[in-house]
Amino acid sequence: MAQVSSIAEEQASTLKTITLRIARYNPEHDDSSKFMEFNVSYEKWTTVLEAILDVKKHHDHSVAVRYSCRQATCGSCGMMINGKPKLACFTKISELNSNVITVEPMNNFPIIRDLAVKFERLFDTHQKIKPYLIRDDTELESDAKEFLQSPKELEQYIQFANCIKCGLCNSACPTMATDSSFVGPQALAQAYRYVADSRDKGKDSRLKIIDESHGIWRCHFAGSCSQVCPKGVDPAMGIQFLRGYLLGFRS
Amino acid sequence: MRESTIMKIHYGTALAAVALVAVHILMRLTMGFAESLEYENVLANYKFVPYAIMLELILVLLAVHGFNGLRVILLELKQGRIYEKAVSYGCLAAMIGLIAYGSRTIIMTNMGLV
Repeated sequence: MAQVSSIAEEQASTLKTITLRIARYNPEHDDSSKFMEFNVSYEKWTTVLEAILDVKKHHDHSVAVRYSCRQATCGSCGMMINGKPKLACFTKISELNSNVITVEPMNNFPIIRDLAVKFERLFDTHQKIKPYLIRDDTELESDAKEFLQSPKELEQYIQFANCIKCGLCNSACPTMATDSSFVGPQALAQAYRYVADSRDKGKDSRLKIIDESHGIWRCHFAGSCSQVCPKGVDPAMGIQFLRGYLLGFRS
Repeated sequence: MRESTIMKIHYGTALAAVALVAVHILMRLTMGFAESLEYENVLANYKFVPYAIMLELILVLLAVHGFNGLRVILLELKQGRIYEKAVSYGCLAAMIGLIAYGSRTIIMTNMGLV
């Protein structure tokens, strides 16, 4: 019993607190967003998402936040954390080195409420670039075999297949902020993922889709998309490779 | 026209303009700055046919590159079908107008009409 209480005392002594500022906004009622502050205790492994859920559990259950897997796989909990687009479940409070943590909805996305944003534009642009293998034949034929691919061919696109569609790249993109018709780094990176896939035969149709006035040429190569990707995808590089196809440097 | 074709022209005109403007600056350095801008010297440049052709090329390259750049900036500022058509055709008209006005100056001076 004494040992249990000493562990509890030790835990209590290691607990630190931060001020969590959460942007609150309901488009149906509010003219502008306002911040609510909460004091939250944390351990060195506590994530920002856990802190927000702690606020929901103990302080204000009405805070709107989208989350699911809590392991940077589903891409649901993207938000601005201290001014930068990050996954809340993948960001530890201790690594932010700040006593005040501000969480806001992602930039360049319409707000549903508080931290939850609409993903329609991202899904529309993703769908627009045909994110699937295009072939004349099909593996559903009776005598069909698997589409073989060498490790070198796989390397051409594999990092782009790690995209979880969290929208952080689109949130960080300066062109997305001004051009409401821009395809966006997420969709362009996925266009490259399929164009570079040796099994795919839809290169021409995909290049045609992105080769329009609000397509690939509106990227200014700021590189913010690649900086914020939690899965190590480099959309800026994919965009440059796609430009290579359109300019005739790659085939 | 496909956007990639427009952008190829955009990059091509930029590279060609850098090369020709460099030649233009080097030619100007053959004499002092103030002397280079004297009325008679400027007229002499226009009357020297190879130089006049180079100036005409610079005019075309910079007009094409500049107005396409302006079109791109304006397309990113605001979106909308009518607005985008107005911007594209407006920039094309302005580009043609500038080239026509500049060419008129070069041709008339070359022919001794100024």
